[in-house]
Amino acid sequence: MGNVITLMEESVLSTHKAEMDTLLTSKGDSQRTQYPYVTGTSVIGIKYKDGILMAADMGGSYGSTIRYKSVERIKQVGKHSLIGASGEISDFQEILKYLDELILHDNMWDDGNSLGPKEVHNYLTRVMYNRRNKFDPLWNSLVIGGVKNGHKYLGSVSMIGVNFEDDHIATGFGNHLARPILREEWREDLSFEEGVKILEKCMRNLLYRDRSAVNKIQIAKITEEGLTVSQPYSLKTFWNFAAFQNPTVGAEGSW
Amino acid sequence: MSSIGTGYDLSVTTFSPDGRVFQIEYAAKAVDNSGTVVGIKCKDGIVIGVEKLIASKMMLPGSNRRIHSVHRHSGMGVAGLAADGRQIVARAKSEAHNYESTYGEPIPIKELAERVASYVHLCTLYWWLRPFGSGVILGGYDRDGPQLYMVEPSGVSYRYFGAAIGKGRQAAKTEIEKLKLSDMTCRQGVIEVAKIIYGVHDEAKDKTFELEMSWVCDESNRQHQKVPEALLEEAKAAAKAALEEMDAD
Repeated sequence: MGNVITLMEESVLSTHKAEMDTLLTSKGDSQRTQYPYVTGTSVIGIKYKDGILMAADMGGSYGSTIRYKSVERIKQVGKHSLIGASGEISDFQEILKYLDELILHDNMWDDGNSLGPKEVHNYLTRVMYNRRNKFDPLWNSLVIGGVKNGHKYLGSVSMIGVNFEDDHIATGFGNHLARPILREEWREDLSFEEGVKILEKCMRNLLYRDRSAVNKIQIAKITEEGLTVSQPYSLKTFWNFAAFQNPTVGAEGSW
Repeated sequence: MSSIGTGYDLSVTTFSPDGRVFQIEYAAKAVDNSGTVVGIKCKDGIVIGVEKLIASKMMLPGSNRRIHSVHRHSGMGVAGLAADGRQIVARAKSEAHNYESTYGEPIPIKELAERVASYVHLCTLYWWLRPFGSGVILGGYDRDGPQLYMVEPSGVSYRYFGAAIGKGRQAAKTEIEKLKLSDMTCRQGVIEVAKIIYGVHDEAKDKTFELEMSWVCDESNRQHQKVPEALLEEAKAAAKAALEEMDAD
């Protein structure tokens, strides 16, 4: 008899609480830092005249092996936002599942309001920070961008819950290789073509220098009107440097 | 129709000598006294309509929603005690979400109806709980096509082509039976439901009402949503015109 009461109370009171709990607590008894297994590398985002542009390659590395080459690391969130993730791909998939639930519940209110990029960013910051405090982080660096009611928004959250909002954002190696380029060349009123050119320049740089980069990228655009994620394509690279010709001259037998 | 269950009606865990559980029947009366809810299954989807009786002129139109989305592909219209109905909707949402989480596909409507009915029935088994004073009409579109179910406070649930609960259900059912639902699209169904609800509304006894309608059909991309503004206005106009025609006779 007693079990039935608690069953009833639990089901009646704590449906949404249960969902939040699964997101915030680690499943299982002990809490410990995880190790990432399949990881994505940098994501870059910039604000441009009409909205946000985001670029990422489609690689999923298994340690030093480039295991998966068609991983979509930029996804839509509701009507107004894009999320790009680097880090553990399975954790990104979990985050997408929870965001999907968040957006579904938001839509079911049917009240004319919808969650925008700022709200999604705030929600994810709280989630990442709380998981970090339990020593069970979601091993991702996320980039959230979008436009709502004419306001452009671009921010990032790391696996320890550090969040930033800026005109240009990058994760991982992008911070070291892409942001300096963006600091020099970014302007408030970039057109779409100019924005893509700058992003391609950054992605090319990453392709040369980041060992886990893969030459198959997607660029996503989000404006007030809507969102498009480009088909995957490759960047042209140049390897015909003099230093690369006849590499074994002066060191016969080496490779 | 109604009989006094003196002595046997004090608890939901008591049967009367003729095998009835009066508390459940009284719960059903709460549904019978509320505004009509109508649901029909058309060729390409489901239409649900509610006669939302307005208690006070101070209420904002569009508030106190009686039709709720349970998931992307399904929704329910609620009759009876509003707060009880809200619990049923919350439970349905939770069941739908858990199913999708576990099995990776949207919950089949049959399964959802069974779970909701099971939950409503659960609350008729214990003396420390009272039965839900609300019934729901649940409609959805899964891979077996559009389906319509109705769940009563007793926990009984059947699948229907057309269903009605609330004050004007008898008249509504008669009207629904006249329709040729298998040939009708949801666009036409919306007009018909509006006509039915305007038709069963008792101007003398009840005050003004607001018509709330939703659909899940091919046109709405198999998503449950409010009927678009333009179509709703068209339906209201057609319903009012039909009423005037009837009055003119």
